[in-house]
Amino acid sequence: MLAQTGVPKLEDLAGVMPSEERLAQGPVAMAECFQNIPCDPCYHSCRRQAIQPFADINDRPQINHDNCNGCGICLSRCPGMAIFIIDQTYSENESLVKMPYEYLPLPLEKDSVVAVNRAGEAVGEAKVVKVQSNEKLEGTSIVWLAVPNELTMEVRHFKLKEVR
Amino acid sequence: MRQTEVCIIGGGPAGLTAALKAAGLGAEVTLIDRNDYLGGQLIKQTHRFFGSKEQRASERGINIARELAEAVEKEDKITVLTKAAALSYYKDGVVMVKQNERIIKIKPQKLIVATGGSEKNLMFPNNDLPGVYGAGAVQTLVNVYGVKPGRKVLMVGAGNIGVIVSYQLLQAGVDVVGIIEAAPKIGAYWVHASKVVRAGVPIYASHTIKRAWGEKEVAGATIMKLDEKWQPVPGTEKELDVDVICLSVGLSPLTELLWQAGCKMEFIPELGGHVPVRNEDLETSQPGIYIAGDAAGIEEASAAMMEGALAGLNAAEAMGYKVSDFKEQKEVVMKELNGLRSGPVGEKIRKGLAKAIS
Repeated sequence: MLAQTGVPKLEDLAGVMPSEERLAQGPVAMAECFQNIPCDPCYHSCRRQAIQPFADINDRPQINHDNCNGCGICLSRCPGMAIFIIDQTYSENESLVKMPYEYLPLPLEKDSVVAVNRAGEAVGEAKVVKVQSNEKLEGTSIVWLAVPNELTMEVRHFKLKEVR
Repeated sequence: MRQTEVCIIGGGPAGLTAALKAAGLGAEVTLIDRNDYLGGQLIKQTHRFFGSKEQRASERGINIARELAEAVEKEDKITVLTKAAALSYYKDGVVMVKQNERIIKIKPQKLIVATGGSEKNLMFPNNDLPGVYGAGAVQTLVNVYGVKPGRKVLMVGAGNIGVIVSYQLLQAGVDVVGIIEAAPKIGAYWVHASKVVRAGVPIYASHTIKRAWGEKEVAGATIMKLDEKWQPVPGTEKELDVDVICLSVGLSPLTELLWQAGCKMEFIPELGGHVPVRNEDLETSQPGIYIAGDAAGIEEASAAMMEGALAGLNAAEAMGYKVSDFKEQKEVVMKELNGLRSGPVGEKIRKGLAKAIS
């Protein structure tokens, strides 16, 4: 269970996952935030009002996935590093997973890395498509990983194959 | 003897905001801190903060410390004394301070105690071996001095501090072998927990440390499972190859000066130990002595900043400084503070405060 292990279960994820139809249309945010904690930057950061207004600061983000265009601003503002952008239209066999990353060294574009799931287990290979890192992101880089389609909902971290 | 209108002891998040608010109303403030810098524990917080947009959520603690310290340094009404330790409080309202091997006597009209908290310890065989650290010390080594405490760490305690320090150790390139937590549930915000778990650090709830191993320094640790009654389950021992055991088992309010001042104290476990009884304005049973931050009860830094603001406003107003929007300023702070404490994770604090406010 999440409260014992820190790993969300399938039923936790089911409640925050965009629909199959929406996923088929392109990039969209998925907020893996399962606890009512006093925190609201995601809602304030969304310029498309896709994250429902918070009545209380302890509310959890409710994303109207149809209003979300996967821009990723919320991803870069979430203090919990719990928001990911999923793009299933990246290529026929691969999806993009954009994730916040705060370790050094940063991966290089085109690196092949070990794809890691929410439990910290290696689940396959991924390719680094892009690394966004600039002053505006204030120390949280955004890494775009191309992962095999079947791992889209699994991969939420990665490990470099060798540290340069 | 130095005279000052408002003396604030402690230059952390609570003390800094208290100084800014009190000076904002027009009071003349003396802010003292035993360190040679301002910011308190904030300077080690490299992660983004939770909270609301108004409380600088999503900003990193280290940046908040810098901003607040700069604002304080710029404010003419605030005199800052660093490397200045408050030693004692006397019946006639004098605060004794040691700075540069000299004693300074300060006689304030209002006193705000924002001394923060201190780490709790844990009893187990060999807990005096070098390599057993408090989480605060590890954070200072890693984030202030850039020194690794060791190679392989066992973190004891899965509250926010334990999990965040684990994350910062990973960022520093130190291996965290695992995080154990005696309670059946992770105390930290789950998003923090998920962040370290996906980076490969397992969290073991219902586990405790049985003992540390080693001759001259930590060479290993034995952990074991606890049952529903928090009793060790024989046969569940597991040996871990670690050279650092980091204790993150809670904080207690630092209240010595308040005891000395004769404030009415109450033991309130939800707030971390003995805390002064206070009114809604954060004034203790001794008129003119206010409290803010962890000294008033262990909470998050965002709450400490709000309490500091409240204590600063109230102390200055009690001095006779009036501003037309005083009520509004106070209401905004109260609303923010109540918001922070209103959710399910604020239940413990609400319970504690209900006992502390008279």
